Amino acid sequence: MLLEGEDVLTMRPGRLRAVRWTEAAVVFQGAMHALNPVRRVGDQIAEAIQLHDKVGDRQAATRVAELLEQVGLPARRAPSYPHELSGGQRQRVMIAMALACSPRLLIADEPTTALDVMVQAQVLTLLEELRRELGLALLLITHDLSVLASTCERIAVMYAGRIVEEGPAATVFEAPAHPYTRALAEAFPTIGDTASRRNPHGLGGDPPDPRDLPSGCEFHPRCPVSIAVCPTLDAELWPAGEGRRAACVHVRDGHPELVYQVPPGPMGEDAPVHKGMAP
Amino acid sequence: MTATQPAPPASQAAQGPILEVRDLHVHFGTRRGRGPTARAVDGVDLQIQPGEIVALAGESGCGKTSLARAILGLVEPTSGEVLYRGEPIGRGTRALKPYRREVQLVLQDPTGALNPRQSVYESVAEGLRIHGVKGDEETLVADALARSGLRPPRRFFLAYPHELSGGQRQRVVIAGALALEPSMLVADEPVSSLDASVRGEILALLLGLVRDLGLSILVVTHDLGLAWNIADRLAVMYLGRIVEQGPTEAVLANPRHPYTRALLSVVPEVHHLETQILSGEPPDPTRVPDGCRFHPRCPALASGEAALAGIEHRCRNEPVPILRGVAEHHAACFLTDESVKKEGGSRVGR
Repeated sequence: MLLEGEDVLTMRPGRLRAVRWTEAAVVFQGAMHALNPVRRVGDQIAEAIQLHDKVGDRQAATRVAELLEQVGLPARRAPSYPHELSGGQRQRVMIAMALACSPRLLIADEPTTALDVMVQAQVLTLLEELRRELGLALLLITHDLSVLASTCERIAVMYAGRIVEEGPAATVFEAPAHPYTRALAEAFPTIGDTASRRNPHGLGGDPPDPRDLPSGCEFHPRCPVSIAVCPTLDAELWPAGEGRRAACVHVRDGHPELVYQVPPGPMGEDAPVHKGMAP
Repeated sequence: MTATQPAPPASQAAQGPILEVRDLHVHFGTRRGRGPTARAVDGVDLQIQPGEIVALAGESGCGKTSLARAILGLVEPTSGEVLYRGEPIGRGTRALKPYRREVQLVLQDPTGALNPRQSVYESVAEGLRIHGVKGDEETLVADALARSGLRPPRRFFLAYPHELSGGQRQRVVIAGALALEPSMLVADEPVSSLDASVRGEILALLLGLVRDLGLSILVVTHDLGLAWNIADRLAVMYLGRIVEQGPTEAVLANPRHPYTRALLSVVPEVHHLETQILSGEPPDPTRVPDGCRFHPRCPALASGEAALAGIEHRCRNEPVPILRGVAEHHAACFLTDESVKKEGGSRVGR
């Protein structure tokens, strides 16, 4: 795992501490729990700055004010406690904190999951502006494929610990090459699309237990288009069109259209019992 | 499946709405009565017909959960009425008990809604015991689980919530509600805490309950895609009022209220509308603006569209009439709804 060409996994703890926040920073889900409820938000941002740069309190406070303005919060909110801010404002504080040491890579883990659509749009627009203005690389982690399609250039889809599809955002979302990607894309309907009206699309079964993964292609027990070879298939990312790869046997065999064999519709009425449950 | 469920919706339609809300207000005092009053629900009319799914949509803090709680009798309204099959629901635990069996609640987070130390069987049977339901408890629990899609039901009896996936937990919560054979469900964000792949399955289950058992459902959500997936009618709430309502197709394909338009334009997959991100703080129910309550954030007012139509002064000063809980498509907007523009007054609709 290389960060700016340097292997993160072999870094010594001191070096790791130095690159965290200065080269790669993270914005967590649920800002309510990620912020300290009994400290003022300005002080929490200043802490990150002062741990990495030897700057005085006044200089740090100036930088905090700059950061807050940058994420669209008035600098006078710095003395607020987290509970005095709305969900969207708290998420802005998290982003300001992540930007404190001018990182080159920003990892945002479900940054909008707990937020309303309007606030989600505000936060996504902010991330997009910051990416453009500061030249940041942005890694956005979410289960909402439509958010990724509207924000990102490339999408990688993970299932059971592996990437099962990757490629340019628009094509992956509009014409998935892996049946799991297809299920995710259909989970959030396109408003106005008559096919999804009164017809929610789901995927039968449950995510697999990571301690006891299915054999072959890990997706085969839930897959609507699995074939005889899938339980023993050694799935790898096969080429699936321009700039795209997908780990599905139908893609390997040159029949990506087979991913769409089964008409979409409610499935899995008889959901299997979760692994690890008492008999 | 038991045969004691209500008859299909068609035969009941003539009897009028199963649930009706009339001019409902829910106000809360702040700082122990010394602070300003928060008008969480500030004049709402709403009707739900038998066998109908109504979605109530809006941002956090718009009052949609307070409205749902008032409908369930969990918070006493400041004024106004909630009618069930034409009768006021009453006040106090004893008066509300039969009503609470008929109208069941499904909460957002199934992990929080289930007692971690109770087995699935105990969780589902609890309601039956509280209401003293006659009959073989084991059969009733098994039926409810099967109807919620947990099959074979007896395999789940002794399971504890931590042994189930998120989707299965939400099915157990729904089974607990179904065991009492209600005629209506109030579901508050029923899928927002579930994995994307499971979401569609739970929505399909709700749709199936309406089809097979003739239930009515009020879904409280901020997700317009959910409304598109399952709801017959959609009501959009802003700052304690319903600002637009009508058949889901009409409201989402042809939104009239500038607020609905803005809400729809920020859904990532809707491309035909120009994105309108409303800036500023979420609205504050302790300071409801004069005139149209949306006017400080209204894009149509800011762009001069309202001034061009010669109604700017009305937007700023004149109270917008309350929409009656009717089936036709209406928006509480002087600019875009002809009957609101013409009639004015305190109520619009049949």
